[in-house]
Formats: sequence, C-alpha cells, structure tokens
Amino acid sequence: MLHTVNKSPFERNAFDACLTHAEKGSAVLLFEDAVYAVTKGTAPGNRVAGAELKIFVLGPDLKARGYDAGQVVEGVTVVDYGGFVDLVVEYGPVTAWL
Amino acid sequence: MPQINEPDHGTGVVKKFMYLNRKAPYGTVYALEVLEMVLISAAFEQDVHLAFVDDGVYQIRKGQDTKGVEMKSFLPTYRALEGYDVEKLYVEKESMEERGLTAGDLVVPVEIIDRAAMRSLIDSMDVVLGG
Repeated sequence: MLHTVNKSPFERNAFDACLTHAEKGSAVLLFEDAVYAVTKGTAPGNRVAGAELKIFVLGPDLKARGYDAGQVVEGVTVVDYGGFVDLVVEYGPVTAWL
Repeated sequence: MPQINEPDHGTGVVKKFMYLNRKAPYGTVYALEVLEMVLISAAFEQDVHLAFVDDGVYQIRKGQDTKGVEMKSFLPTYRALEGYDVEKLYVEKESMEERGLTAGDLVVPVEIIDRAAMRSLIDSMDVVLGG
C-alpha cells in the first residue's frame, strides 16, 4: 500500500493519522504542504524515526518551500515526479490522507 | 510620497489594517490572495500591518524555488512591499520555533515578537483580515 499526505502537520492531523494507520513496511509519500512534516527541527520530523515505514518526500514541493534534501530528517528518501509514479506502481493501491 | 499615517487631504480615513497570515504558501491560495489585498489597501494609503503566525511563517522562508512545481514564487512580491510603504511585518516567535526556523531563515526584515505581544498587537487594530 502507498499512503499519501498533502497537508501541513501543523494544521491538520493527517500526517499523524497516516503514521498510526499505515501497516508496517508500507510506503508513505509526502507532498505539497505535507513536506514540512519531515523537516529537521520540528516535532513531526522527530516522529519519523520510530515509524517502521518507508517514507518518501516529493523534491519539487520541498524546493518550492525553500528546503533541500539536507534539511530533511534521516531515513526519508527524496523523490521526483517520476519517482512518485514508480511508488504507485510498486506499492499501489493508494490511500490518500487529506 | 504621502505619509502613510496621515489622512490624505481629508479625503479618507486611515485605519489600522492587519493581515493575519496563518497558511503555508503554495498548498492553498490564501497566501496569494492576502498579498493581493495587502497591495490594494496600500494603494488606498491605509496603515498596513502584516502578521505571520502558525504556518504563515513559512511564507517568508528564504530559498523558495518554484520552477519544479510551475507556480509563481511569492518572494519577489514580499521583497517589493517596502516600495509600497508596507514595512510593518511581524512574525510570531513561538510559531518560528515550532517549525525550526530562525531569523536568518527569513527573506525580508521583520519584527519577531512573542505570542503575548502578537495578542495585544491584534487587539490594537481597527480591521483584522485572516488568511
């Protein structure tokens, strides 16, 4: 299963709801305002370490918001749009946490 | 340029306006719409204040490169606000800290104030418009 989140973790609980409802080993892709969830120095970012999930973040959305891969917490993989498609193919079906 | 704090030959009343930004840029249209309103009220020579609270602080983070998402970056508009005599920008300290941001991460000169100061600043306004 691929889980997607696109809302800021500071504004809604979609990110936490996803982390607590995704089965071990499944993939989570963060895009749009959800990219803030895996930036260093934040409480949501610290919750990534304990999750037994494969967590990905969309690079173009990170860059639009002024972040690069070095400012993302450890254990998270940055992907591009092609990588998004690959994740859908590899892990689908998709569950979107809005 | 007319003084922004003085009524212009008695043609209109100058009110204290605050635009209270609470949304991250790009994910929703709020930040862009608020900027439009700011420029309009500046054109009417109102006493404009911009506040950045909660995810709104992300709007003025340095280094935004929107080429990859094919959207217009807000940063040039924020940098241009000074030219419209919009120079009263306030950022809430607690909101920055929650997001791991420091003063050096911001793209325009702002006054960083704590939540209590933000509360009284909001209370001192004639008009507060959220976004």
